[in-house]
Amino acid sequence: MHPYTTDMYEGMLAETIMLPGNNGEIINAYYARPLGPGLFPGVVLIHHMPGWDELYREFTRKFAHHGYLAISPNIYFRFGHGSPDDMSAKVRGSGGVPDVSVVGDIDASARYLKSSPLSNRKVGVFGTCSGGRQAFLVACRTKSFDAAVNCWGGNVVQPKEKLTPAQPVAPIDYTKDLSCPLLGLFGEEDKNPTPESVHQLEEELKKYGKNYEFHTYPGAGHGFFYYTGVGYRPEAAVDGWKKMFTFFEKYLGTPGRGR
Amino acid sequence: MCTGIVETVEVSGSGKGPHGWFKLEQVNVSYDHPSNAPVDQALNIDFVNPKEGPSARVAVELSPESARNLVKAILNALSLKQQ
Repeated sequence: MHPYTTDMYEGMLAETIMLPGNNGEIINAYYARPLGPGLFPGVVLIHHMPGWDELYREFTRKFAHHGYLAISPNIYFRFGHGSPDDMSAKVRGSGGVPDVSVVGDIDASARYLKSSPLSNRKVGVFGTCSGGRQAFLVACRTKSFDAAVNCWGGNVVQPKEKLTPAQPVAPIDYTKDLSCPLLGLFGEEDKNPTPESVHQLEEELKKYGKNYEFHTYPGAGHGFFYYTGVGYRPEAAVDGWKKMFTFFEKYLGTPGRGR
Repeated sequence: MCTGIVETVEVSGSGKGPHGWFKLEQVNVSYDHPSNAPVDQALNIDFVNPKEGPSARVAVELSPESARNLVKAILNALSLKQQ
């Protein structure tokens, strides 16, 4: 991990940008990068079900602070615009965001990062909640990523009766196509994913000889990184972030020295 | 979407949102992560009019017990009307 010392200059650029997403359709994204020549590894952040919100902007800047090109695309862009919670409600009431557009938008975001002259051409994907499920899905459906982090993604294991037009295939059924190392962070008290469904995914990963690393935290449930909610578990969150940065450094290279 | 539990029903009536009263057309009832209620999952009810945009919404996020009590209260009120 790149050590921060108090005598360092640090700067970052963080702003909303437009980029071509799934099928070349223009979407918006929040992009944060360290100042400096790089080269920097990249991370695509997939926002959670509650929306493309302030928390995900903070997460995006956190990755930039740690020396990554970080981009968080608005995967709800096609549903229109409003406050993050209104948009989340609209998407929920519309049957959810289609997996196909998520895969396309996230894949396009990886291409965007790799096209930067500041990029070391290594890109990871990170998501929490529904974004954790989608991070696993994208890592299976594309070959664009060098590492993937699934934080408490529910519905990776999806029984047939829970499949929908927007989510027609359970991500676990794509496990054999997983194209990069996977880190999973889960809470032992989570109801979705339950420890049983995490175990089921683990068995599938073993079956296909995939490179993965799972950690399940006792006393934690869903969303234990979210310091604004009742599920926040500081010790698990601190350890989870540490494990994530170690994992990304292993597979994406040393974070840049832009600060 | 984490639980994916959503029920949708067409309704007629009015709701008061951040910009005043608007015509209601739909109610989405979900059991999923709330935006504000201090619980992991809640019974969320969104009274909406999709034609007027995402902000045409009256939202409540209830504990399951509160939601059941609300259902009883609604049914009681309707049954009293019929007496």
